[in-house]
Amino acid sequence: MTGPLVLAQVVIRDRSKDVGCVAKDGLCPAWIKDHIGDYMSPLLRHLELTVVSVVAGFLIAFALALVAHRRRWLVGPITGVTGVMYTIPSLALFAILLPVTGFGFVTGVVALTSYNLLVIFRNVIAGLDNVPEAALDAARGMGMTDRQRLWRVELPLAVPEIVAGVRVATTTTVGLAALAFVAGAGGLGQQIILDQNFKSNIVTASVLCILLAAALDLLILAGERIALPWRRVTE
Amino acid sequence: MTSEPHRPPEGPSAHREAATLELRHIRKQYAGTAEPAIDDLSLEVPAGEICVLVGPSGCGKTTAMRLVNRMIEPTSGDILIDGASIMDRHPAELRREIGYAIQQIGLFPHQTVADNIAVVPKLLGWDRRRVSARVEELLDLIGLEPAMAARYPGQLSGGQRQRVGVARALAADPPLMLMDEPFGAIDPISRERLQNEFLRLQGEIRKTIVFVTHDIDEAIKMGDRIAVLRKGGVLAQYATPAELLMAPADEFVEDFVGADRALKRLALQRVRDIDLWDAPTVRVGDPGAQARERAAASPIGHALLVDDDGRPVSWLSATDLAADTVRPHEGRLTTVELDDILRDALADLLQGQVMYGVVTDGGGRVAGVLSVEVISGFLTEQGAGSIDEAPAPADRAAQ
Repeated sequence: MTGPLVLAQVVIRDRSKDVGCVAKDGLCPAWIKDHIGDYMSPLLRHLELTVVSVVAGFLIAFALALVAHRRRWLVGPITGVTGVMYTIPSLALFAILLPVTGFGFVTGVVALTSYNLLVIFRNVIAGLDNVPEAALDAARGMGMTDRQRLWRVELPLAVPEIVAGVRVATTTTVGLAALAFVAGAGGLGQQIILDQNFKSNIVTASVLCILLAAALDLLILAGERIALPWRRVTE
Repeated sequence: MTSEPHRPPEGPSAHREAATLELRHIRKQYAGTAEPAIDDLSLEVPAGEICVLVGPSGCGKTTAMRLVNRMIEPTSGDILIDGASIMDRHPAELRREIGYAIQQIGLFPHQTVADNIAVVPKLLGWDRRRVSARVEELLDLIGLEPAMAARYPGQLSGGQRQRVGVARALAADPPLMLMDEPFGAIDPISRERLQNEFLRLQGEIRKTIVFVTHDIDEAIKMGDRIAVLRKGGVLAQYATPAELLMAPADEFVEDFVGADRALKRLALQRVRDIDLWDAPTVRVGDPGAQARERAAASPIGHALLVDDDGRPVSWLSATDLAADTVRPHEGRLTTVELDDILRDALADLLQGQVMYGVVTDGGGRVAGVLSVEVISGFLTEQGAGSIDEAPAPADRAAQ
């Protein structure tokens, strides 16, 4: 790994021309202002990693939760398996996946997706479990089929908890994606590791990471507020 | 469900005839239990009547109700709606034809009032126009402003939610309705009002209703017929409220109905239903002798001064009548109305600490005298003869 790092340092700043703040590896507003454009591509890649992993994790976890909602005995095993996946150190997981999925974006996504399963699965199940018993009884008593009840009553009422799970997953993924460079998936982590001694670089990449997480979180929150008018009026 | 005197009829989308309901030798035993929850229950509910299932907790009254829309399947026996067995029906389709209201209401918090009311019509595939027309009709029927249609259940008061729950159960104009303690979760004053509103409503819509409650007073008030269940789902008695109060089938029913069942009978009657005494009325300017004669002839021993319109003014004693002509006089009177429930009228007499109450008609004119003696005679009367003529609750509420 020393190869790309040394090479990258040349790319990020030309030490021979460094003066003052930059030469001292300091936090240099002027440098950041001039070079912020260089961070856009890693930022987009970071966003891409996050969105794809969260969406994929959501689809898998949601499907698993729907199956487990009808077959309750599956809740334990699925929680167990996704729980184990959640505890595998990310670096180890990247190493495990590399021979299978190769060096690159896919490996990053597969690993990040696996970390999303537990939290989203658990929240979908909890959301479905917390639907008021009376609403379920009324739905059945009025003649809804199981499927109608699921899509018209249970899932809409579980949305707040499902969204809460997706928010946690999204924020976590933005953080974890900073390690995806190990799998060759790029992102802001790649940018950090390129010049770990240069404070301006580290701060810029880190702040972008935090801003990305906050922006995505706010976006989901705003979406929820718009999509769930009944939550606004009752709170 | 407002207190307006003239209510609009339910509307053009409502026209279905009420259904008859018959339970035949129903038995329900849950796996792993020694005793059945329902044991050989047979009931017939005529079309358009309210059948109240009442009994102590664990008597299987809710279970019995839930058998009717196949929320629970019987172990044996059959249930027929309009003579056809429900066992041949697809449960979800069957349920769409039976109104369903429960104590916890179970409104969908994520849907507006309009959407909540529209649940069953939408399941039945009504087009949008018909659905929204029906929702409008029902909001009017239950006395909610049209603007409430866009509200969410979280924005409604407890009483409003109950009304919406009833409207939702009525939405597809079902010929049969199941109501499990629909007024159970609200304060006594609102409950009383909702009960009265519902009886008035029932006077118009004439549904066949299975109504579950643990409250015998509510059962007596709401029911055309009452099925008293004892533990283990055994039918102890199935009778009209009057029969139940006059002739409890056994000690269990007697206990359940309560030691004050004689008093409860008063709640079934109105002042107009019992024999009133003629009022010994006199007017200002009448000859004194004639007035004294009248007072003496009446068991009350007093004469009743009325104004020119026949409205009561005051009781006049022999001393008040000593003059040659009857003079203007002021005094205290306890009056009750012909339409008052007998129990309330008795309470008024006791409150006024008087033996006699002047009964007035709708125009405030004297219609007779209600005496505590007459009420006590009514209470000790034997046999159900005079009581059986009492109108059904819905009629009473409609008056």
